[in-house]
Amino acid sequence: MASGEMIVKGGFIIDPTRKIDGDVGDVAIKDGKIVDKVGSSAKVIDAKGKVVMAGAVDVHSHVAGPKVNAGRLMRPEDKFISGFCRSGMAQKNGYRMESGFSIPSVFKTGYDYARMGYTFVMEAAMPPLLAPHTHEEIHDTPIIDEGALPVFANNWFVMDYLRKGEVENTAAYIAWLLKATKGYGVKLVNPGGTAAWAWGLNCLSLNDPVPYFEITPAEIIKGLIEANEFLGLPHSIHLHQNNLGNPGNYPDTIAALKIAEGFKARNKFGRESVMHSTHLQFHSYGGEGWKDFCSKAKEVMDYVNKQKNITIDLGCVTLDETTTMTADGPFEHHLHGLNHLKWTNVDVEMETAAGVVPYIYDKNVTPNAVQWATGLELALYAKDMNRCFITTDHPNAGPFTRYPRVIKWLMSKKAREETIATMKNSDRMIGLTNIHTMDRELTLFEIAQMTRSGPAKCLGLGNVYGGLAPGMNGDVSVFNLNYKDLPKDAEKIETALQRAACFIKGGEVIVKDGEVVSHGHKKTVWVKVAMPENPQVTRDVSQAFTQGTYTVDIRNYPVREYLAPHQSVIDVNVEA
Amino acid sequence: MPKLIKGVGCPYCGSSCDDIEVLVSDDETKILEVHNACIIGTNLFHHANDPTRPKLPRRRQPDGTMKEIPYDEAIDYMAKTMLAAKKPLIYGFGSTNCEGMSAVARIAEKSGAVLDNCATICHGPSFLAIFDNGYPSCTLGEAKNRADVVVFWGCNPMHAHPRHTSRYSIFPRGYFTQKGAMQRTVLSIDPRETDTAKLADVHLMLDQGHDYELFDAFRTVLRGHDIPDVVAGIPKETIIKSVEIMKNAKFCMIFFGMGCTHTDGRNHNIDAAISLTRDLNEHTKASIMAMRGHYNIAGPGQVWAWQFGFPYCIDLSKGTHAHMNPGETSSVDLAMRDEVDCFVNVGADAGAHFPIQPVQHLKKHPFITVDPNFNMASEISDLHIPVRIAGVDEPGVVYRMDNVPIQFRAVIKGLPGVPSDEELFNKVYERMCELTKTEPIWLAAKEDRRYPESEAVI
Repeated sequence: MASGEMIVKGGFIIDPTRKIDGDVGDVAIKDGKIVDKVGSSAKVIDAKGKVVMAGAVDVHSHVAGPKVNAGRLMRPEDKFISGFCRSGMAQKNGYRMESGFSIPSVFKTGYDYARMGYTFVMEAAMPPLLAPHTHEEIHDTPIIDEGALPVFANNWFVMDYLRKGEVENTAAYIAWLLKATKGYGVKLVNPGGTAAWAWGLNCLSLNDPVPYFEITPAEIIKGLIEANEFLGLPHSIHLHQNNLGNPGNYPDTIAALKIAEGFKARNKFGRESVMHSTHLQFHSYGGEGWKDFCSKAKEVMDYVNKQKNITIDLGCVTLDETTTMTADGPFEHHLHGLNHLKWTNVDVEMETAAGVVPYIYDKNVTPNAVQWATGLELALYAKDMNRCFITTDHPNAGPFTRYPRVIKWLMSKKAREETIATMKNSDRMIGLTNIHTMDRELTLFEIAQMTRSGPAKCLGLGNVYGGLAPGMNGDVSVFNLNYKDLPKDAEKIETALQRAACFIKGGEVIVKDGEVVSHGHKKTVWVKVAMPENPQVTRDVSQAFTQGTYTVDIRNYPVREYLAPHQSVIDVNVEA
Repeated sequence: MPKLIKGVGCPYCGSSCDDIEVLVSDDETKILEVHNACIIGTNLFHHANDPTRPKLPRRRQPDGTMKEIPYDEAIDYMAKTMLAAKKPLIYGFGSTNCEGMSAVARIAEKSGAVLDNCATICHGPSFLAIFDNGYPSCTLGEAKNRADVVVFWGCNPMHAHPRHTSRYSIFPRGYFTQKGAMQRTVLSIDPRETDTAKLADVHLMLDQGHDYELFDAFRTVLRGHDIPDVVAGIPKETIIKSVEIMKNAKFCMIFFGMGCTHTDGRNHNIDAAISLTRDLNEHTKASIMAMRGHYNIAGPGQVWAWQFGFPYCIDLSKGTHAHMNPGETSSVDLAMRDEVDCFVNVGADAGAHFPIQPVQHLKKHPFITVDPNFNMASEISDLHIPVRIAGVDEPGVVYRMDNVPIQFRAVIKGLPGVPSDEELFNKVYERMCELTKTEPIWLAAKEDRRYPESEAVI
């Protein structure tokens, strides 16, 4: 964190946390935090005629860990489209080499996020056994603050406790695992289905029993909401639903969302949601097969709009060649059966699984075009932009470097129509979606809600990230956009958002004119729960190691301190 | 009072057993006893006691002898030599920790080197197959808890990975395999009657070098087609019987070794094995795993994949971007063509494992070895820099053959003054920056980890 004072002067400030929409003003930073005012000797950053927002927050992105790396390793061809090479200047200054497009190297990940003005990124799925790997990658990723969500929904302990209705034991286990893995919250990926995949099976509906464990996905979801709220964690459960990617899956999606009904968020971090349903685009399809595969974004969003304790992110398809990777092992096997490209799978003992398959979203293939429309429609139907966040489920629906392009489509009907016009089967796609009839164009204020205040609040980090109120982190992004006279050509919005004119993190200038100029001071953010010891859980966990269900020693399981640099620990106290 | 340290990782093979118990002297300088490890692992720990272990770098003199020099001088020589070289080659890393691999990458970028690891002469063909076909695998605990059919193809764990069969693959009683070996059907596919083959229920003693045909025959039968009466020296009935066993498994686990990667067909054998695994998944659950050799040879593949996007044969000499093209940028091929003008051998023994012509070419240029022990490479080097032994007197992360990170610990204190790989490479990097008048870039993350504390706490 940089000491000293700084002032970002004269920009159009957009800050949804204080309902400021484009007023010209200054942002003052002192000792890495936003303050009311600074002295006259403060360093001045001229933002006149530019948009000034808080640093952005990514709620869901696969950027570090074993499956991300499996994708990098298996796809040397992804490096051919890296796009950006280390310039002579960067080379001379010792900036690390950048590689990869859909699954960029850790260095490129940090630099690219910074260039777009992102300050915090949540790694969306960390297999607990492999947590040291995830942390080693986070350790090597420059600039951005990161947290990681361990996966729980196919964990043997969780399924066993919940089968017996033991929510408190589940909560105690969550507390132990978050501490052991330095994790942030409770991720669910295809509840029960991934566990079934260990035998080559799946749970497609919410009521399919998990083999051996005799529990249903619905029971796992409900139980984990209860455990999450029992603990009062900063983030709600983070749910990747069952039956991802299949035609006609939207009724299952709504059924899973309905599980949240009647629950109320219980925490002291300002979070109001009890369920975050991630990459909803993949779960909002109608039709019985690929021929009548269509968007049901409206139906899904009608439910989400009226159910206030749910947050969602989009998972927008960006029409690129990318790499899909998820702890939804059976889905990746299924996807491989569709496209017959290479397939990597990693089943993790007692805990989870993962799969990786390259995928080319081709705008001339009707289902891909429908997917593209579905993602955008979700946002265009949303009423409360503080509960709807921009993601591409990086890299599943497209790389995170396409966020500015997604924003372009959301902000400009003309841009959407231009893309539709290039599609070979545009007429068919129009018939299967609503995108063509939608005139809504989001404002930059709404984009700021979707990328800053909204996700920060949903993660329980609303007091430090996502806004420019005094006391919050001194993370400021400045873009070359004149708010009073936004360019008619939406391409220019994309260009401006791709490379921040200036990005300040912790009071330190990280990016200037789109170029990284500092490696900053990154943090690893995790949640430490203090609660009375639970002898049952302690015994169960240690037995899993001593009786040899795990193949590692319990002493070597928890992530060691030195692997997680600059820890920012969020303490949660649970009363006895 | 001697201290018994439990849950220690073993610095030998890819099984990376972490259930070793080591009894150390009260002052933590001597290893007294080693429990649970195989004979090779046990001896590796005891080697650390060897009073003749090198404690100072040794530099070759004009008269051909080796003379001990201070570390600073060695670091200065290494930095200058690598900067002066047009295309240095850094090779090895089977037997060190990931911290060292991460640190060496900084030097490699700075000097425009080629970065390669031992996979280049062992499981490199497996990487080629993975690039083409993916890798449907799992952690070893899945094999232990579920596998009722285990196939060993071109590998002999009874000798190469001595505790693999007892910890993971044949004998252990897992959650769904309570009867241990009784519950498992073992297939061995090997041209020799190895000690693993002797344990197998079915041993397919194929003609040497005909693995691809046999894999192909397995796939053909699995897909319901007819095959010739004899394939690769194996009768049709045996093949059909073996395929039935695999197909009817609840969980079929295929382990393959260098009998596949280094026989005729090479990467194509692995390609076929992966396809077979994929085909089996249409019927049941099947997984495949490479029997990686050293305790952390999976490590460089992981570390460099997250740093550069490639697991091995990484040419950083272009400066702008990393480039990988095995055959062009692989160690042995580069050396065969005499394309490198400085060689750094780290935690491996290129002197023993490379063919003679590449070694002769490499020997024409500065030759540096970084290794805790004397070995053939160190004895032909211009400079030998001793370091601590990762897993014995230096902690760190290693990746087991199934890519599970295991956090190894140090059981004894390191030799006074002898740095870890990471410390050494960081110092060389600092010296390089001084020489080129540039600022070292550690990434903020580095600050906490430059010299890690050795003890781990649960």
